[in-house]
Amino acid sequence: MNVTVLYFARLREAVGHGRDQFALPADVTTVAQLRAWLAVRGAPWSGAFGEVKRIRVAVDQTMAGDDARLHEGAEVAFFPPVTGG
Amino acid sequence: MALENQASVAAAAANSLSGVTVRIQHEDFDVSAEIARLRAGKPQIGAVATFIGVARDCNEGATVTGLVLEHYPGMTERALQEIGAQARQRWGVIDILIVHRIGELQPLDQIVLVAVTGAHRGEAFAACEFVMDYLKTDAPFWKREVTSQGARWVETRATDEDARARWAGDADVNDQ
Repeated sequence: MNVTVLYFARLREAVGHGRDQFALPADVTTVAQLRAWLAVRGAPWSGAFGEVKRIRVAVDQTMAGDDARLHEGAEVAFFPPVTGG
Repeated sequence: MALENQASVAAAAANSLSGVTVRIQHEDFDVSAEIARLRAGKPQIGAVATFIGVARDCNEGATVTGLVLEHYPGMTERALQEIGAQARQRWGVIDILIVHRIGELQPLDQIVLVAVTGAHRGEAFAACEFVMDYLKTDAPFWKREVTSQGARWVETRATDEDARARWAGDADVNDQ
């Protein structure tokens, strides 16, 4: 499954770039599994996902929980809690 | 004069299709001009409630000399449209305008404008506050501030979550 992964704010800084395209292994089908897969992927993802404490997720530009399912072509964004206004 | 009227009626008709206007921009905004645009050709408006968020020169005990605002192009607009649509439906207000700036800002700069028009003040005040409370917790913006102690990402406040949560509790009262 091919997905686009985006990082924002502190997490983008920690990863060092804002966007990745990944061809995921067959057993990565949910947000939680994608996070776990990134956390053991090595630098810079492992460090970034360990260092930033609270991480929110959006799938296709809608806030999503850990159990949200991924699909071919999904846009998955990881970011810290928001601080606008 | 007739042409002017036609133009303002056409502008108002285009506006009222969704009733929610969202703009994310680098440029500053003119509150008077924005309100005039919202009111044009709409004599049914009896109240305009506005909130303007502005940049302060201090936060968490440090002097702040600048801010950088980042957003998630696409999702931010969608999230604000959704928040505005919810507020409009809940209170039956006429129009909602949300303007949020991004990029580099300084203390004294305007950051965000929420303007709500309605028949009466009660629903306009409530809808305006609802939009701001949800914007603070649900709209993807992130602030980085430059302070006397270096640059840092702004942390969320628990009070923002509390402010948003209170709207869930009294839904029955306000939904009437």
